[in-house]
Amino acid sequence: MIPSQFDYHAPTTLAEAVALLSRFGEGAKVLSGGQSLLPLLKLRLGTAEHLVDIGRIPGLEYIKEEGGVLKIGGRTRESALEQSELVKAKAPILHDTARVIADPLVRNLATVGGNLAHGDPGNDHPATMLALDAQVVATGPSGERVIPIDQFFVGLFTTALRPGEILTEIRIPVPPPHSGGAYVKLERKVGDYATAAAAAQVALGPNGAFVKAGIALTNAGPTPVRCTKAQQFLVGKRPSDNSFAEAGRLAAEACSPSADRRGAVDYKREMARVLTGRALKAAVQRAEGR
Amino acid sequence: MATPRTSPEISGMGHSMKRKEDPRFIRGRGNYVDDIQLPGMLHMDIVRSPFAHAKIKSIDTSKALKVPGVLAVIDGPTLAKYNLHWMPTLMSDTQMVLPTDRVMYQAQEVCAVIATDRYAAADGVEAVEVDYEPLEPVIDAHKALLPSAPVLRTDKKGKTDNRIFHWEVGDKSATDKAFKDADVVVAQDMYIPRIHVASIETCGCVADFDRVTGKLTVYMTTQAPHAIRTVFALVAGHVGLSEEKIRIVSPDIGGGFGGKVPVYPGYVIATAASVVIGKPIKWVEDRMENLQADSFARDYHIHAELAARKDGTMTALRIKTLADHGYADAAANPSKFPAGLFSICTGSYDVKHAFAEVDGVYTNKPPGGIAYRCSFRVTEAVHCIERITDVLASELKMDPAALRMKNFIQPDKFPYKSALGWEYDSGNYGAALRKAMDIIGYEDLRKEQAEKRARGELMGIGISSFTEIVGAGPSKHFDILGIKMFDSCEIRVHPTGKAIARFGTKSQGQGHETTYAQIVAEELGIPASQVQVEEGDTDTAPYGLGTYASRSTPTAGAAGAMAARKIREKAKKLAAHLLECSPDDLVWEPGKFSVKGAPDRFKTIQDCAFAAYTNHPQGMEAGLEAVSYYDPPNLTFPFGSYICVVDIDRGTGMVKIRRFVAVDDCGNIINPMIVDGQIHGGLTMGMAPALLEEIQYDESGNIQGGSFMDYLVPTAMETPAWEVDKTVTPSPHHPFGAKGVGESATVGAPPAIANAVVDALAHLGVKHVEIPITPEKVWRILREKGVAE
Repeated sequence: MIPSQFDYHAPTTLAEAVALLSRFGEGAKVLSGGQSLLPLLKLRLGTAEHLVDIGRIPGLEYIKEEGGVLKIGGRTRESALEQSELVKAKAPILHDTARVIADPLVRNLATVGGNLAHGDPGNDHPATMLALDAQVVATGPSGERVIPIDQFFVGLFTTALRPGEILTEIRIPVPPPHSGGAYVKLERKVGDYATAAAAAQVALGPNGAFVKAGIALTNAGPTPVRCTKAQQFLVGKRPSDNSFAEAGRLAAEACSPSADRRGAVDYKREMARVLTGRALKAAVQRAEGR
Repeated sequence: MATPRTSPEISGMGHSMKRKEDPRFIRGRGNYVDDIQLPGMLHMDIVRSPFAHAKIKSIDTSKALKVPGVLAVIDGPTLAKYNLHWMPTLMSDTQMVLPTDRVMYQAQEVCAVIATDRYAAADGVEAVEVDYEPLEPVIDAHKALLPSAPVLRTDKKGKTDNRIFHWEVGDKSATDKAFKDADVVVAQDMYIPRIHVASIETCGCVADFDRVTGKLTVYMTTQAPHAIRTVFALVAGHVGLSEEKIRIVSPDIGGGFGGKVPVYPGYVIATAASVVIGKPIKWVEDRMENLQADSFARDYHIHAELAARKDGTMTALRIKTLADHGYADAAANPSKFPAGLFSICTGSYDVKHAFAEVDGVYTNKPPGGIAYRCSFRVTEAVHCIERITDVLASELKMDPAALRMKNFIQPDKFPYKSALGWEYDSGNYGAALRKAMDIIGYEDLRKEQAEKRARGELMGIGISSFTEIVGAGPSKHFDILGIKMFDSCEIRVHPTGKAIARFGTKSQGQGHETTYAQIVAEELGIPASQVQVEEGDTDTAPYGLGTYASRSTPTAGAAGAMAARKIREKAKKLAAHLLECSPDDLVWEPGKFSVKGAPDRFKTIQDCAFAAYTNHPQGMEAGLEAVSYYDPPNLTFPFGSYICVVDIDRGTGMVKIRRFVAVDDCGNIINPMIVDGQIHGGLTMGMAPALLEEIQYDESGNIQGGSFMDYLVPTAMETPAWEVDKTVTPSPHHPFGAKGVGESATVGAPPAIANAVVDALAHLGVKHVEIPITPEKVWRILREKGVAE
C-alpha cells in the first residue's frame, strides 16, 4: 500500500490545471476526491508521474437549478449530493445513488465528477446519469464542450474526455411533473461495488401510462448499460407488475456482466432483471406521489 | 444479576466500570507497534511469491540495491548461513523463515528489503527480480492424500505423503455398536471455511538489537510475549541470543483473535536483520499481506453422524474430519492437542457414546490452523453438533428446541463426564434456552412462520445451544512446547495503599486494565481506579502464556485473586498488629478489617499498607506484595443459547437477520458492560463467517478475496441490533466463580444463523446450507426449488 513516486501539482485556477494536464499528457492524472485513484496508486495497479489536484480551484463544488437544468459542479462531494434538499426534491434518484456509494468516510471526499470520469462500470453514478439523460461538461485547452452522457462512456475505464480535459459540470434536465426515479443496488456489504444495480427514471402521462422511461444498469458490462429495449417497451404501457417484469426481462437481456466474487453471470443477469423491476416500481410510486 | 459486594467507589466485581484504557484509545494516544519510532530505525518490506508452488531458480537483487535508500536484501541463503532459514511452529512442525529453493504458497515471503524509509523499501521490493519455475500445487485437501498427489514436505526425511497427523478420541467400537442399534441415524457433510481474523491492526514488529549490551528488544504484535521470548531463546541460542537479554514488548494491540499468537517469518527476519545490521528495524504488514500470508483459521471438512432413538434421545455421535493446515501445521494449540479441543463436539447433550477422528493434511496454502476467537477448534465442534442436531430434528419432525431440551445434560448431572473425556464444571442449559425462547417469543414466531409459509414468504428461526471449553489449562494436560499453561499475577501494594498488578497475559482489546483491577479491588477493597494493571513487557511482567482461548480470566484472573488473597492474609496480620488483637479476632469486609463485635475498631487496607512500610511488626518482612502462578484444576465451560430469526428475499437470496437473542452464561461476571461488549463483538464476528467471510483459492492456488474488497468484514450496517441477556451459573472450581466469555458469541452465533436459514427453507426439502450463506448460494437453492422471484 505504498505508491511509487509521483509529482504533485496543486493549481489554483482551472486554466492552470488544464495547462498542466496538457503539458504532461498521458503521464498526468486529475486528482479530485482521490477515492479511486489513490487506491490504484497505492496498490501499484496504476502509476502516474504527475497528479494534478483540482481541490484548490474555487467554483467547482455546487448544486443549483438554472433554467430547468440541475447543474452539479464536477468536484461536488458525494456527501453534499446526499445531503442536498434540492437533489431530494428534484431528482431523488440521485439521492438514492449518492447514499449507497461506498461509505460515509469515502463520500466525504469522493466527487460526482470523479465517479463519472473514472469510467468504472462498477461506479454508481453512470447508470443514474444515463437514466436521467444528463450531459457532461468538459473543460480543456480549447474551452468548454458538452458531451451527451450516451457518448461519454467509451470502454472499461475509458471515457470521451480527452487528455487535458477536466470534467467540470454535470447537467441534468429537471424531470417534469409526474416523474419519479429510483436507484436500487444489491451489494454484499456496505461499501461494496454493486453485484447488480438498476436506475430507473420515469415520467407518466395524464392517463397514468409511461411517456418516458430511462433505465440503466451498474456493473453489468464493460461500460454502464442503457436498456434501450426496456425503455421503448414501457412507453405507452401502464405501470403494472407485468410491465415491470417484462421491462426487467428486457433489461437483463441487455446486460453482459462478467463473473467475479460477487456472483456468476447467470446470477448477475437475474439480479439485473429483479432489480430493474424493483427500481421501476419504486420510480412509479414516486411519480404517482405515493 | 447479583448485587455487587463492593461500593461503586471500590468497583469490584459486578460493576460496569468504564474502561480505564479507553481515554487513551479514544483520544488517539494509544501506543501500537507502528507508533514506535527509534533513532536510526530502518524499514523492512517483503517480496512475496506470486505462485502457490514453485522452484526459485534465482533471485536478482542488483536493481533493488540501486534504489536510493535501499541498504540490503535478505534472502533464504543469507539466513541459511546462520541456520535461521527454518523455524519450528508451535505444533512442533517446521516452517520456512525464507526459502532457499522453493515456495509453498502464494504470498509466501521470498526475501526482505531493508531501507532507510518505508517508501524506498517498497520501491526495492518492486525492483527485486525472482525467476520461478511453477510446480504442481496441492490445493484441494481431499486430494492431498491421494497417491497421485505430489509430496509437499520433501524437506522431511522419509515423508511419503501429505498427512500431518491422524488423531482420534473416544470408544470406536461402542460408538459403532450404538449406531447399529439406533432407530434413527442422520449424516451430514459440512465445511467450516477458511477464514481470517482480520484484526484492524496488522502484524508487525520493531526489532532493536544493541551491539554493545547484546540486548535484543522486540516490540511485537503478540498475544503471548513470554512464550515468544522463550521460543526466541530456544531457536536463536546458537547465534548468541540468551533469554535474559531478550525483551519482548507487546504494546497496545489492535485486536489479536488468535492471529497474533504464532511467530511469523517477518518477526524473525526483522530480528535477524537488526542483529546483523545493529540498527532498529521496523516491519509492519499491509492489509493484503495480513490477509494473504498470516495464519488462517478453520478449514475443517467434517462428516458428522448422529444416532438417536425414535423419541429423539441422542445415543451416539461419530465424526470424521479432514483438516487443511496449509504447507505447515502452524496452529497454536496446546501441544498434546493436534485438533485442539475439537472433542467438545458432544456439546450440551448427554450423548453416551462418541468417536471423533481428524486427519491433518498439507496443501499449498498459508500455514496455520489458529484458534480465531475460539478455544482451539471449539467453533468447528459447535457448528458441527448444532447443525447435526437440527438435521436430526428435521428427520424426526421434532421442534429443534424440544429436541435440545430433551437431550441437554441436566443441572444435577454436573460435574459431568463427557463421552470424549471432559469434565464439564457446571451448567444449566435448559434455563438458558428457555430464557432465550421467552425473550424472543418462540412459540409466536413459529405461528408467524406458518402463516408466512402459507403466503410464500421465507422466514426461519434458528437455535444454537452451545457449550464451550475455555481457560487452558491444567498443567497435567496443557502445555505449549512443554511450557505448562498456568498463568500469573504479581501485585505490589504501595505505602499509600495504591497498587500495581502485573500479569502474564496480554490484552488486545479485552479490557484487562479494567477487569483485572476490579478483581484486585474485589479481593482487597482498594478502588479499581487505584490499581494499575500492566502486561506485555517480559522484563517486568511475571511469566505467563498469554491471552487467547478465553483463558485470561480463568487463569491470570484467578492468579490475581490468589495473589490478592495472599496480600490480604498479610494485611490481616498487620491490622492485628495495629489493633493489638489476634488476627483470629478480625473480620473482613471489602476494604477493611474490624474487630469482631466492635465494628468501630477497624483498620483499612490502606492503613495496613502504610504499616507494611512504616510500622511492621518484628519478625515480619516489610512490604506488601505477592505473586501467584495459578494452575487451574480444570477448564471452565461457559455456555449459552442463541436464537436467530431471518427473513429471506426471494428475489435476491439476501438473508436479513431480523432478531438475534443471545443468552450467555459465563458464571460470575466481573464487569457486565465489558461482557456485553464482548458478546456484541463476538456475535458480529460470528455472523461474519455465517454470511460473509471466506478465503478461497482457485485450482492454481491463487487466493480469491485477498483484500477487504472481497474479504467481507461486516460493518455496523450489516449488524443487527443484538439482544443480549444472561443466566449465572458459577464455575465451582474457579476462585471467584467466573468462566471465560470472550469467544462464546463467535462460537455460538454461526450455527444459530445457519440453522435459521435452513429452517426458512426446510419446507422445500433443504437440510443443510454451507456457510458463508451468500445471497447467490441462497438464490440458487430458491431457483432449483422453483420459488425464486
